[in-house]
Amino acid sequence: MLTFKLALKNLLGAGLRTWLNVAVLSFAFVLIIFYNGMIDGWNEQARRDTIEWDVGQGQLWHTDYDPYDPFTLQEAHGMAPAEAGLMPVLIVQATIYPEGRMMPVRLKGIPARQQTLALPTEALVPAGDETRIILGKRMAKSAGLAEGDRVLLRWRDQHGTFDAREVVIAQVFDTNVPNVDAGQVWIDLAVLQEMTGMPGEATMLVADQTYAGSAPEGWAFQTQDQLLTEIDTVIQSKKVGGSITYLMLLLIALLAIFDTQVLSIFRRQREIGTYIALGMTRREVIALFTVEGGANSLLAMAVGAVYGIPLMAWLAQAGIPMPAATDNVGLAVAEKIFPVYGLGLVLGTVALVTVAATIVSYMPARKIAYLRPTDALKGKIL
Amino acid sequence: MKTFFMAFLLLFLGSGPYPDADEILAKVDANMSARNRVFESTMTIHGRRNSRTITSRSWSEGDARSLTEYLSPAREAGTKMLKLEDRLWIYSPISDRTIQISGHMLRQSVMGSDLSYEDMMEDRKLTDLYEAEVTGEETLDGRATWVLTLTARVEDVAYQTRKVWVDQERFIPLKEELFAKNGQLLKRTELSDVVRVDGRWFPRTVLYKDMLKDGKGTEFHISEIKFDTEIPEYLFSKAALKQ
Repeated sequence: MLTFKLALKNLLGAGLRTWLNVAVLSFAFVLIIFYNGMIDGWNEQARRDTIEWDVGQGQLWHTDYDPYDPFTLQEAHGMAPAEAGLMPVLIVQATIYPEGRMMPVRLKGIPARQQTLALPTEALVPAGDETRIILGKRMAKSAGLAEGDRVLLRWRDQHGTFDAREVVIAQVFDTNVPNVDAGQVWIDLAVLQEMTGMPGEATMLVADQTYAGSAPEGWAFQTQDQLLTEIDTVIQSKKVGGSITYLMLLLIALLAIFDTQVLSIFRRQREIGTYIALGMTRREVIALFTVEGGANSLLAMAVGAVYGIPLMAWLAQAGIPMPAATDNVGLAVAEKIFPVYGLGLVLGTVALVTVAATIVSYMPARKIAYLRPTDALKGKIL
Repeated sequence: MKTFFMAFLLLFLGSGPYPDADEILAKVDANMSARNRVFESTMTIHGRRNSRTITSRSWSEGDARSLTEYLSPAREAGTKMLKLEDRLWIYSPISDRTIQISGHMLRQSVMGSDLSYEDMMEDRKLTDLYEAEVTGEETLDGRATWVLTLTARVEDVAYQTRKVWVDQERFIPLKEELFAKNGQLLKRTELSDVVRVDGRWFPRTVLYKDMLKDGKGTEFHISEIKFDTEIPEYLFSKAALKQ
């Protein structure tokens, strides 16, 4: 305890030198927590939105279905298994012609009255003779279409024969999940089955909470985690990329502490000699200098808390606006990201900064072990 | 009684003069098809902003075997396309690789044109696929034509209905329209510049137009054609693609 008190007193006595070190270290400390909090917040939001809008509690895919190969769609369909907790989706390739332009799309049939996904499919409930479709804001923007517009849709039936009809855009929905938006239009499942001559058929089925988990022959179940792998991979790579920035900052702060320690030991030789003459062992003196350097991290945390806590609390409340360009990266990105600061993140960062500061403080202090007290008192140890 | 007699007369006289549709198609087939043909052509693809022209030389034998070598522009020069029955290969000199176009790849556009590989691959006889009926007469560019309406008799055809305008004298199709199941017009083909080559009439220019999209379509012009010449057998082999 005496060592700690003495170390803190010496540290505060050093004045501006200490506060410069503390300022840089506190900045690194706050940045680490902020960046990781932002990534964790993005991850949480992306997973939540993707589950609500796209993957549900997992999906049952027709064995020929490959979402990355549109050429497989014509064969990738079969009679939908009649099991509880599964919502069928039929996917076919089609073409829309907005203002005479040709745009290939994936035409997805979904039950109009479904509750499994957050898609506003109630707008697909047939009304009169018109065929209704819904599409996302990205698709509407790229096709130059708006709610109420009519557009010609061309597709092929199960035998490959062309058919076409005019459809009306019943709703343009706003979602953070590009997977249900870009390059696709949604239509009532029964209407699509009738259009293609595939009654009762589906390409995949989306599971809800009540699904028991059995996969009939010809179908393969994709778990929620499998379907979210892409998000996990991107988030992980973002974490690694961001860590380079804050580790550089941490390195600069640690270098400053190391330099300060080297300078202290050189300039305070007589003081070291006096400590030993008064009865402190060499190990106790090394501990004193190490604690003194390591205490920088404690001060940095205190300083970081003063400006970091209000700042991060405000950001967690108000959110961080994301630039529009990130909207098209193929990953669910909301207009604002709300950072999430977990206990593990804060404690982990505290441990990282404290341990790193203590190690760089100990390294120059080891020289004290080789001194002779008489030389130290004369100021001749180094 | 007089009205009934007139109606009777119109009914029988009105439908009477039309020849049998299958006979017309058979004459068209006889005129258009040959044992083999060698021709040089240009394909002009009219886009929304600009047009580009691709020249090629083709060797074909009946409807089953053909080889096309693209001559220009420089980017496409050396690219070859080989069709053997229902299989299609494309050789790219840049990658020095041959790939087989199959399944739904056949539904893609050929070099960005209004034609799909599937359109090019269709070698079944129209009479095998469609019920043909002469539904009228029209004059196109001063030529009297029979209007034939073709309705699919099999399920696996791309177009449910076709309408063909056949020159009454030369038995050359001058125009064709392709329809979706609900009657929507999808594509139109116009054939012109009809010349007599080796004793047969042949249209040298064909304009393909996707009627659902803007643009002037794709123009296919045959600059030189020879019928029934000697074509070396090795040309219709995969080995010929890399030569």
